[in-house]
Amino acid sequence: MSDLAFFIDYSRCIGCQACVQACEECDTHRGQSMIHLEVIHRADSVQTAPQVCMHCEDPICAQVCPADAIKQTPDGIVQSSLKPRCIGCSNCVLACPFGVPKYDVYVDQMMKCDMCYDRTSVGKRPMCATVCPSQALAFTTLEHIERTRQGSAVNVWRFGQQPVRTKVFVMLPSSAPAIHVDAVAREGLPAASRTDDVAAILEGA
Amino acid sequence: MAELPLSIPELVEQFGPKLNTVPAGGWTAIGDPDRVVKTHCCFCGQQCGIQLKVKDNKVVGFEPWEEFPFNKGKLCPKGVKRYMQNEHPDRLLTALERRAGTGFAPIAYEAAIDRVARELQRAQAEHGRDAVAVLGGASFTNERAYLLGKFARVALRTANIDYNGRLCMVSAAAASKKMFGVDRSANPWSDIPHAEVILLAGSNVAECSPITTDYLWSARENGARIIVLDPRMTPVARTADLYIPVRSGGDIGVFNSMLYVMIERGWINREFIATHTTGWDAVLDGIKKYPPDRGAEIAGVPASMIVRAAEMWGPARTSFLLHARGIEHHSKGVENCSAALNLVVATGRIGRKGCGYAMITGQGNGQGGREQGQKAEQLPGSRDIENPDHRRYIAGVWGVAEESIPHTGLSVVPMFEAIHEGRIKALLSFCFNPAVSLPDGNFVRQALERLQFYANVDFFMSETSRYADVVLPAALMEEDEGTTTSVEGRVIHHRRAVSPPGEAKEDWRIICDLAARLGAAEKFPFTSSRAIFDELRIASRGGVADYYGITWDRIDEQMGIFWPCPEEGHPGTPRLYEGWRFGHADGKAHFAPVEWRPAAEEPDAEYPIILTTGRVVAHYLSGTQTRRIGGLVKQSPEPRCEIHPKLAATLGVADGDFVRVESRRGHVVVPAMVVRTIRPDTVFIPYHWPHDRSANNLTVHAIDPVSNIPEYKICAVRVSKTDRPTDSLATLPPQAGGIA
Repeated sequence: MSDLAFFIDYSRCIGCQACVQACEECDTHRGQSMIHLEVIHRADSVQTAPQVCMHCEDPICAQVCPADAIKQTPDGIVQSSLKPRCIGCSNCVLACPFGVPKYDVYVDQMMKCDMCYDRTSVGKRPMCATVCPSQALAFTTLEHIERTRQGSAVNVWRFGQQPVRTKVFVMLPSSAPAIHVDAVAREGLPAASRTDDVAAILEGA
Repeated sequence: MAELPLSIPELVEQFGPKLNTVPAGGWTAIGDPDRVVKTHCCFCGQQCGIQLKVKDNKVVGFEPWEEFPFNKGKLCPKGVKRYMQNEHPDRLLTALERRAGTGFAPIAYEAAIDRVARELQRAQAEHGRDAVAVLGGASFTNERAYLLGKFARVALRTANIDYNGRLCMVSAAAASKKMFGVDRSANPWSDIPHAEVILLAGSNVAECSPITTDYLWSARENGARIIVLDPRMTPVARTADLYIPVRSGGDIGVFNSMLYVMIERGWINREFIATHTTGWDAVLDGIKKYPPDRGAEIAGVPASMIVRAAEMWGPARTSFLLHARGIEHHSKGVENCSAALNLVVATGRIGRKGCGYAMITGQGNGQGGREQGQKAEQLPGSRDIENPDHRRYIAGVWGVAEESIPHTGLSVVPMFEAIHEGRIKALLSFCFNPAVSLPDGNFVRQALERLQFYANVDFFMSETSRYADVVLPAALMEEDEGTTTSVEGRVIHHRRAVSPPGEAKEDWRIICDLAARLGAAEKFPFTSSRAIFDELRIASRGGVADYYGITWDRIDEQMGIFWPCPEEGHPGTPRLYEGWRFGHADGKAHFAPVEWRPAAEEPDAEYPIILTTGRVVAHYLSGTQTRRIGGLVKQSPEPRCEIHPKLAATLGVADGDFVRVESRRGHVVVPAMVVRTIRPDTVFIPYHWPHDRSANNLTVHAIDPVSNIPEYKICAVRVSKTDRPTDSLATLPPQAGGIA
């Protein structure tokens, strides 16, 4: 898959769902979208966030699969479960730290983003990142991202003590070597510095 | 003519809107396409490049076109799914004739053309030439727009021709023309990332022109700061450097007070103003009345925000203004734009890289559609129909006597008033769904009922087509060939992917056939769209919008050419006003002072809430096309009324409750969407749906005195909680106007 990589910049997302509509159109997806567009909390904000499979180097979904149904291609793409092997137990659904795999009851199989394997394996870009109007999803070189974006691209996560390295990068505002995901005590934290409440903005909040 | 021939549910049963959710032949049948056609999206003014996959003369899918420079493969959800229309079960495959009590019956195309010509001639013979009106659309190619204007003036000789761009671009057009003598965005989009500060005024880019987002974010990566004016916190406003939640209709308060602060602090380019502009003294004098406190009162925002905006915009080295319908859809739409443009010209930041402004065209050919002469006051080449030299030139091109060309006709809102009053008896309309898209929908539908004869041309049975005596089946963009002019002023080539189904015909063929029946065959000898373009080139020659040097071959070679392009050797003009030469005869930009005034209908005790209307990203205009595409309807099945929790609490309304929203003209019943992202004095309803879900049942038919644009962005309403409706319209599918 050459030196092209997948980058997510959540701060760019405008929630238009071009990614969701285009994912359905990938030749092998046949009308089923594999990307998740999360509406964070519409009552309070217009914030949205796209989520593709992060394609972990050592995929947790595959580790926990009792039927050994989840395979990784040599170029690091983690595939949907193999139909003959998948027993529908949904261990992968529960274990994925990014909430990506979904068990599809109609086909009795775990389905997830395969980074448009039919396209990327022959040198085309994935549907979602090609059409994304905001380029919150981008499929390009690390060099191009570093030249054209202010943030830094990070693909190392620490879930508590567990490190996870992913094939997909996310853009962070400033240079940080890894993303720490920990449970935190709510008390004592400062209130969020900004609000999307228009009434509060008008009152000078 | 008269009332609908069948009930609405019966018409929906026969003609839709039904949903198409799979490509022709099903998902598994696509395989390798026979060919892939490089063309453009049929929807908004961004006119993104796209490749359509064709198999067995059917459009079966798309592939991004990454080489096209404007969008580089990017598409919004509408662009992704637009290909689902060609093989749609609702397509009109024959001409139809109204039969009261039974609906519509298919008739032969030739018989339909005969009848339309006969009825139009009869109306003109009995009531005068101007008793027949013609409506076109800004989704027309340049070729069709040119031909329809010529048809109205030469074949019918009626003054009354206008188009649905009247609902879209006319305020921006008039303001630019007034200030610069040219009606076009001043810069290509490639200038946006080079601006230090960007002012986005009344434009929900994320939903209405999504592809522009990457240009904004590219500017931000380069360090640009972004200011957004909008009554709603839009996705771009959410992360902007300064978001000003302006009260709808209060924009002039922000613009004028920004200018006040800039003058006070010396952030204006006096040398530029002295050498390259006129009218500055009057502005200087007028602006004294707009200190930030006054502007803040008008705009309904804290004065500190306006001062902050001036501090960001004023001292910048480069800047870019983008404005859209949010400031244009007002009975002072032209003045709103002029006040914003004053901020550009006062700094002299125009006509060079990273410096300038653009209007974000809403409709597909919003730019070209208004240049080729289907606008009530214009002739081709953006020429003025009242200018004797312009009239003589066009009369020469058409081979008619100058006196035979009618003068300025009625624009669309007054046209519907004339229909309502019985002064216009017959209507021929293309590409337009006024029953959903015009303000004061109940008035518009009453007017349609009063027509003595109505011929409608469309590819689907729209809510307006249902009122027709004859419906002629039209072709989609992908079934015709021609050019459009994009948001940037770039003339581009729509290629034909497939032939029209059944007896459907390209609009230009229908126009030529009608012209022949009206005895004007020799003026309409066209057998190809390209031949029409070649006449258009000559007709535009020497005009402001000069296409003479543009050929279809050159467009293909250069991926589009920006007008003006006066000679075949000319490279085109991506950026206007380089060297600060403006379009007026004196070469200068003309300032005009702008005074704020209230909207036609402000909230009061009886109707205490402001209604503002707009789009959602999954739908386009009146929804004739997008309400038939499964994926888009799934994304946005029905309109919802956005309402702030503070206002909702006073009304006892919770998220998901049904609300009845009423104005002096009509009502809608829709679910409430309680969100903190809107001003507490304002509610918002998108306008793409018909019947009791049509936001335009509420809007006021006041228009701007210069541009004649309707005031879609502000009227007064009251809102109350109500039960879920269960009537025969509510139980229709949501895409037909029901409840989801």
